Amino acid sequence: MNTPTASFQPDRPKRLIMQGITKQYPGCLANDSIDIDIGVGEIHALLGENGAGKSTLMKVIYGVVKPDSGDITWEGDKIRIKDPAHARKLGIGMVFQHFSLFETLTVTENIALALGDEAKDMKALAEKIRTVSARYGMALNPERYVHSLSVGERQRVEIVRCLVQDIRLLILDEPTSVLTPQEVDTLFVTLRRLAEEGCSILFISHKLNEVKALCHRATVLRAGRVSGACLPTEEDASSMARMMVGDETPISMDYEKVLGQDIFLQIRGLSRISEDPFGVDLKNINLDVHAGEIVGIAGVAGNGQEELLAALSGEDIIKNHDAIHFPCGPVGNLSPEKRRRKGLAFVPEERLGRGAVPDMSLKDNALLTGFLTGLIKNGMIDHESTESFAKKIIKKFKVKTPNSGTHAKSLSGGNLQKFIIGREIMQNPRLLIAAHPTWGVDIGAATAIHQALIELRDSGAAILIVSEDIDELFQISDRLCALCDGALSPIKPAPDTTVEEVGRWMAGIFDTEVFDVEAPEANAVSAQATAAAVQTH
Amino acid sequence: MFLKLVPRAEHSRKMAYLSPLLAGVLTLITGGIFFYLQGHDPLFALKTMLYTPISDTYGLAELCVKTAPILLCAIGLAIVFKAQVWNIGAEGQLLIGGLTASALAVNIIEVEAAWALPAVMLAGIAGGALWALLAAWLKTHFNANEILTTIMFNYIALNLLIFSVHGPLKDPDGYNFPESAMFGDASLLPILVEDTRVHAGILFALLAVVIIWVLLARSFIGFQIKVLGLDASAARLAGFKDKKLVWIAMLISGGLAGLAGAGEVAGPLGQLVPQISPGYGYAAIIVAFLGRLHPVGILFASLLMALIYMGGEMAQIELNMPLAITGLFQGMLLFYLLACDVLIGYKIKFPWSGIDTVTSRVEQQ
Repeated sequence: MNTPTASFQPDRPKRLIMQGITKQYPGCLANDSIDIDIGVGEIHALLGENGAGKSTLMKVIYGVVKPDSGDITWEGDKIRIKDPAHARKLGIGMVFQHFSLFETLTVTENIALALGDEAKDMKALAEKIRTVSARYGMALNPERYVHSLSVGERQRVEIVRCLVQDIRLLILDEPTSVLTPQEVDTLFVTLRRLAEEGCSILFISHKLNEVKALCHRATVLRAGRVSGACLPTEEDASSMARMMVGDETPISMDYEKVLGQDIFLQIRGLSRISEDPFGVDLKNINLDVHAGEIVGIAGVAGNGQEELLAALSGEDIIKNHDAIHFPCGPVGNLSPEKRRRKGLAFVPEERLGRGAVPDMSLKDNALLTGFLTGLIKNGMIDHESTESFAKKIIKKFKVKTPNSGTHAKSLSGGNLQKFIIGREIMQNPRLLIAAHPTWGVDIGAATAIHQALIELRDSGAAILIVSEDIDELFQISDRLCALCDGALSPIKPAPDTTVEEVGRWMAGIFDTEVFDVEAPEANAVSAQATAAAVQTH
Repeated sequence: MFLKLVPRAEHSRKMAYLSPLLAGVLTLITGGIFFYLQGHDPLFALKTMLYTPISDTYGLAELCVKTAPILLCAIGLAIVFKAQVWNIGAEGQLLIGGLTASALAVNIIEVEAAWALPAVMLAGIAGGALWALLAAWLKTHFNANEILTTIMFNYIALNLLIFSVHGPLKDPDGYNFPESAMFGDASLLPILVEDTRVHAGILFALLAVVIIWVLLARSFIGFQIKVLGLDASAARLAGFKDKKLVWIAMLISGGLAGLAGAGEVAGPLGQLVPQISPGYGYAAIIVAFLGRLHPVGILFASLLMALIYMGGEMAQIELNMPLAITGLFQGMLLFYLLACDVLIGYKIKFPWSGIDTVTSRVEQQ
């Protein structure tokens, strides 16, 4: 990543000035008199952890949410932004984190829908899409159906949708979380080009390296307030992180990398055709996870992670049950409960709604997967043991909650995740599979979760982590691989690979020289299969 | 100048308990207005409906007679509704339970042994349970919506019952009336209080309340059923067998409704007739929600519902009102309950309450 192309010009005329923006939600002051201004042609970063108020602020700008108080000045005029249509008319475009595209329509049709009456002639629109996307280095075929596009390409559709209009302020909400490192670089080229032409960009992120590489100025939010403003080029990542999390929280640590012992989880030739028409088929996956190591699987969401995890958890039963082995034998045809009896613990991606029942107390949620640890006697719940199990989790993992009777849904994401991970770890699993263990979790909780995982590893458990966050994977994994379009890349010890290489794997380019002492044949087969998959792609 | 509904940060527990009471009060007020418009003194009319029926021992006994089937159906529905399986078929399961119990009873009229009554009751339970399991099977194997199937099974059950009393189960000595023969004494439920009709069915109902309470609050099966209802994907990930749980819940619900039917034919009726239920199975749905799906709440709600049934009859006799008054009160109760339940998740913002809580919260912080 290079440094910003345009240097900071403090005298740039202001495109948008927001003063004293306040928005109250029930039980939560999302924005507390926030001031922010963005100049013409400026790339402005909005930094903050989940729940800091970033989303609310940009929804205010885009007219989705009306602030309770505060002034908005747009190109010198004081205005009230009535709704998103009004915002678009002003020249404000927004790319949401979750795309709002119709999978069964083409790129042109999707963009025409967003434009409404302005779309007019479809042929002319398609031509415009072609020229605009080419001009900003975002190749896009207007005739293609959205369901056939990769996530990165879908994001381009969203961006191009903003660009075909007269765009003056482009808001991007965590745009890089769905991209490979290479795609991120391409996106940044586009954004710099746009800024040079005078478009203002509000770039929302919590990834400090990206902000440093791209943005001219940054505003940092914490707990609904502006906690700092800075020039990213003059700060280092840790000083910006301090502004995000405050002084008390430990930021991050380096962990020792280790080699595992015996194989615990053995996946051999796991293939599965997805039942969902827009799902991803698993293609001949081979992977070993040893006791006492953490294996990380990188990859952009929607490349087979859900399918792989469902096959491993037992929610999907595999026809070829030999494909998944524990030391005790094949488990591919066993129910989730039976796999748990054999030492599996599982942390799903959705912590509310799968990992925990929102409307149940923490005590009941401790019982949810802890029922195998002697909490049931003769079909009856041992309420005392359950209570003390829940209390132990809360104490050991420092879950912030009034008591164990609190409903899971009233905990913050980080606290609930600590509780879920604690619940699984306290059952002394021999294999822990965790999906996105720190997604949407504040830095303090993420550090606590990482430490707990390392501790579990050092006690001899096998751990498999699926995450979209490459930095996290490099931080805690002992070996790394990536999933792309349902195929698994070669696997390498974390110190022997690089972000660039893993990025290529995430894009489906498995050009790495294969070396794995344990199972050279299996990996060779995997590489062949994945190469074939890439060709058909 | 408009009232506004503002979402609450957290669901109000207090409101969850207050809502049924509020619904009851609103039903009384509306009922009073309604009586007034019909030219009756509203207070007198309400008293006639809701107090006169239970002003003596016989009335209280009758209340128990009416409560028993409603309570049995509603307590069973608590289980299925907790699992988010919408069994609307308690009525049909009750009818089939009455039918199968009768089918056995008319064949053992001469038997005087003690096993006759338990056998008749078990036949009722089995009939209701099997009827419910049909819907459970359609749901788990064909993904057929249980709301639709159970409603349709209600009509099938009713017509099976009518067919039976006109055909195979008709009393050969009954002058061609559509009724079965009177059951033998050994097949009838014992009377609890002399000179009244109150029979052992109410004891079954109270026992069911206790058992279901323990099942839901203490047992692991009950816990799994609750998890399945609140969050099916969490249940699947935890390894709970969702299809098995649906079957168990439907089995219990149908069995209890079947027992209610058996209790009717072997209790106050003593034979199978075409009208063994004035919609107890449907009323039980209202009762289950009015009682917040909690066994104790359901106990009180079914007493109220039984009272409304009796009050409807009393209004017919004393005030010359049509029997539809029962359905009217049931409907108002459900309507107000659903309306008041909105207040669990929302609070009313009055126009005069100023710039609401924002400023105060800002000051707090």
